[in-house]
Amino acid sequence: MEVEKTITEISYLWLIPFFPAIGAFISGAFGKRLQAKWGKAPIIAVSVTLPWISFVIALVAFIKLLGLDENSRTMVTHLWTWFDVAGAKAGMAFAMDPLSGMMTMIVTFVGSLIHIYSIGYMHDDESFWRFFSHLNMFLFAMLMLVLGDNILLMFVGWEGVGLCSYLLIGFWYTDVNNAKAGMKAFVVNRIGDFGFLVGFFILFWAVGGAWSHASQSGYTMSGHFTITFRELPAMMDAIAGKELWGIPVLTLVGIFFFIGATGKSAQIPLYVWLPDAMAGPTPVSALIHAATMVTAGVYMVARFNFLYIHSPTAMTIIAVVGVATAFFAATIGVFQYDIKKVLAYSTVSQLGYMFVGVGVGAYWAGSYHLLTHAFFKACLFLGAGSVIMAMHHEQDMRKMGGLGKVMPITKWTYLIACITIAGFPIASGFYSKDEILWQAFNSDYLLVPGWSIWLVGFIAAALTSFYMFRSYYMTFTGTTVKVHGHEPQEQKPVITIVLATLAMFAVLTMVLGIPQWLTGANPVLEHFLAPVFEAAENLPKVFTGEAAHHIEPWMALASIAVATLGWIVARWLYKDRKNPLPLKLKERFSGIHKLIYNKYYVDEAYHATAVRGFLFTGRAASWFDRVIVDGMVNFTGRIGQGLCVIDGLIDKYIVDGAVNLLAGIVHFFGDQLRKVQTGKLPSYLAGFALGLTILIVISQFLFDVYA
Amino acid sequence: MTEITQIVEPIVNVGLNHFLVVAAVLFTLGIVCVLTRKNAVAVMIGIELMLNAAGLNMIAFSRFGGEGVEGPMFTLFLIVLAAAEAVVALALVIALHRRLRTIDVDRADELRG
Repeated sequence: MEVEKTITEISYLWLIPFFPAIGAFISGAFGKRLQAKWGKAPIIAVSVTLPWISFVIALVAFIKLLGLDENSRTMVTHLWTWFDVAGAKAGMAFAMDPLSGMMTMIVTFVGSLIHIYSIGYMHDDESFWRFFSHLNMFLFAMLMLVLGDNILLMFVGWEGVGLCSYLLIGFWYTDVNNAKAGMKAFVVNRIGDFGFLVGFFILFWAVGGAWSHASQSGYTMSGHFTITFRELPAMMDAIAGKELWGIPVLTLVGIFFFIGATGKSAQIPLYVWLPDAMAGPTPVSALIHAATMVTAGVYMVARFNFLYIHSPTAMTIIAVVGVATAFFAATIGVFQYDIKKVLAYSTVSQLGYMFVGVGVGAYWAGSYHLLTHAFFKACLFLGAGSVIMAMHHEQDMRKMGGLGKVMPITKWTYLIACITIAGFPIASGFYSKDEILWQAFNSDYLLVPGWSIWLVGFIAAALTSFYMFRSYYMTFTGTTVKVHGHEPQEQKPVITIVLATLAMFAVLTMVLGIPQWLTGANPVLEHFLAPVFEAAENLPKVFTGEAAHHIEPWMALASIAVATLGWIVARWLYKDRKNPLPLKLKERFSGIHKLIYNKYYVDEAYHATAVRGFLFTGRAASWFDRVIVDGMVNFTGRIGQGLCVIDGLIDKYIVDGAVNLLAGIVHFFGDQLRKVQTGKLPSYLAGFALGLTILIVISQFLFDVYA
Repeated sequence: MTEITQIVEPIVNVGLNHFLVVAAVLFTLGIVCVLTRKNAVAVMIGIELMLNAAGLNMIAFSRFGGEGVEGPMFTLFLIVLAAAEAVVALALVIALHRRLRTIDVDRADELRG
């Protein structure tokens, strides 16, 4: 069944990333002077307003997108051709289809909200302008990533968000630990980016005509050659069966792209940077390290759904890594005391769920979890930020407690977000996570049985519920603590309004994903995203039709049950912080506690192997460079030097000697001859007389003058 | 007059050689004067003597062998030349005196190498 598809050309998509770029430029180039002269007002006027303008334009474009025919929802703004070389054409073009439209809305909306929140959070910071400049630049890069029409533009954004992440993690760079965390994030991301690049090169090579015209030796063009997302799906069939180094080329490409995703989206084995990234300001943690940038990997895999669908192997790897990360990070999250660390591991864990979603071929479910997670995790982080501000930058939950009484708005929004992430059906998180788990359970396309993935994810869901409510009870219940002799205060409206908005959206987005067995119709979002994911429409399922409808509600009930279990246990152990059991358990199982509290010593293991290894290699290379290479160079230099000395001696004593000798001889004779020139008249006359005499004598005796 | 000319038999028949000897002596006196005297004016006088020795030679050759008037003409030129030379040389002497407050030619040795 071929559906007629048309592409709508519009002119203003480029404005969406353009405005934050302007803001970044103004705040970055002139911000310091503006702030010195007029305070924070001009910075706010520029850097907070422009993202909102960007959001409005995105909203207009999105509404226009909704107005188009269902199967033709692609809008393109082509600015100019970036390059056109050897048949490969890359345009400076932006495209909005349902998937990138959804992402654009998340990025601009959550991003703009967090800009507002940052006004309050960064209020006392001297580098106010720098923060907003970087935050604007991040929005620009993220929008490039999302809206870019081809893989190259996506990669530009991909690198851009990495850079901004680095800059913002190390924002308070005077503390060496923050600077180190930034560097760690950047380096780990580079490893992932390398995977992305390799995947891209292989894909480029493959679609570039590696097998066309049966060329054995040279490089030939297939004639239609593209790196544009819209045109790539049509080329997949041509290269689907091909192999490179004995591995199907699409599997290879998929795995390498996924390595890129593990770096950016903090999955095993490259997740280690994300918890450290909490060193940055909390709005940054919320925007970059929870809501948007870290989901770029999920977005990328969803974007390449047409590619992954050809490779069950790559999909299995994604799903297994995703679910392993979800479980692994959840266990670490259970034992953390730093409120931001809990949320960081929670983010890693939730990203794992998203990868399960896109890994089992339920692309819309993964994307939906991305959407809901953006709201509830941003809300959680900003709530945590609110708490941290009230506690005067204390992040240890053991030193908190009872904040619910003095910070009601923060408490309620945090609680709503907890309910959402834990998976109770009154908020959106349940619908997205449950859809992912159900699709995993029902998947029959992977190399491992679907239920195994479901089971691990299911247990992780209980842990999720437990650690989130643990953080809630530890922070907000019990007797109110005092900081510096004062009770913590509720934040200003600029912060609480943002919290309330995000909490509201965290709940409301559930209408996008209410499943079929409740309403009888496909979820709104699934329907909306279907044209993008049409390649994944007919994946094999374990249960279909009626059977599925009977099983799915029971799965949902099971999910609610484990969420409730996690909640009850957390309540029992941590409510009002009265139960002494946690401490006893900690002492009893101190070995396990220590192991997990220290994150399974993964950082230490990486340090011992990878970091040490690289350092050792670096030192060895440095030694080789210093001793062998430099030695050879110096030796050559010494030989040259010696030859030059000899040459110099020759020059000095033989060549110069000859010249000087000549000059000396001339000088000697001149000196002798000089004495003749006495300057005295009589001596000249005497010479004259002598000469005359000689002439006479000569003429008289030698020549016969009279003849 | 004629008688006397006939009567008086010259003791020595004055010929060319006598003139040449006188000229040579004159020239030698001149050159010795130039070489030995330190006074610039004296040196100039020596030069005059040598010039006149040459002039005497020319007249002598003209009287005893020449046919044309080249000899006396040259001698006339020589006299004029000597006059002009005296003017220039005396001017030089005065300039020398102004500069060095002496006319001792041995003191005028600024061109020594």
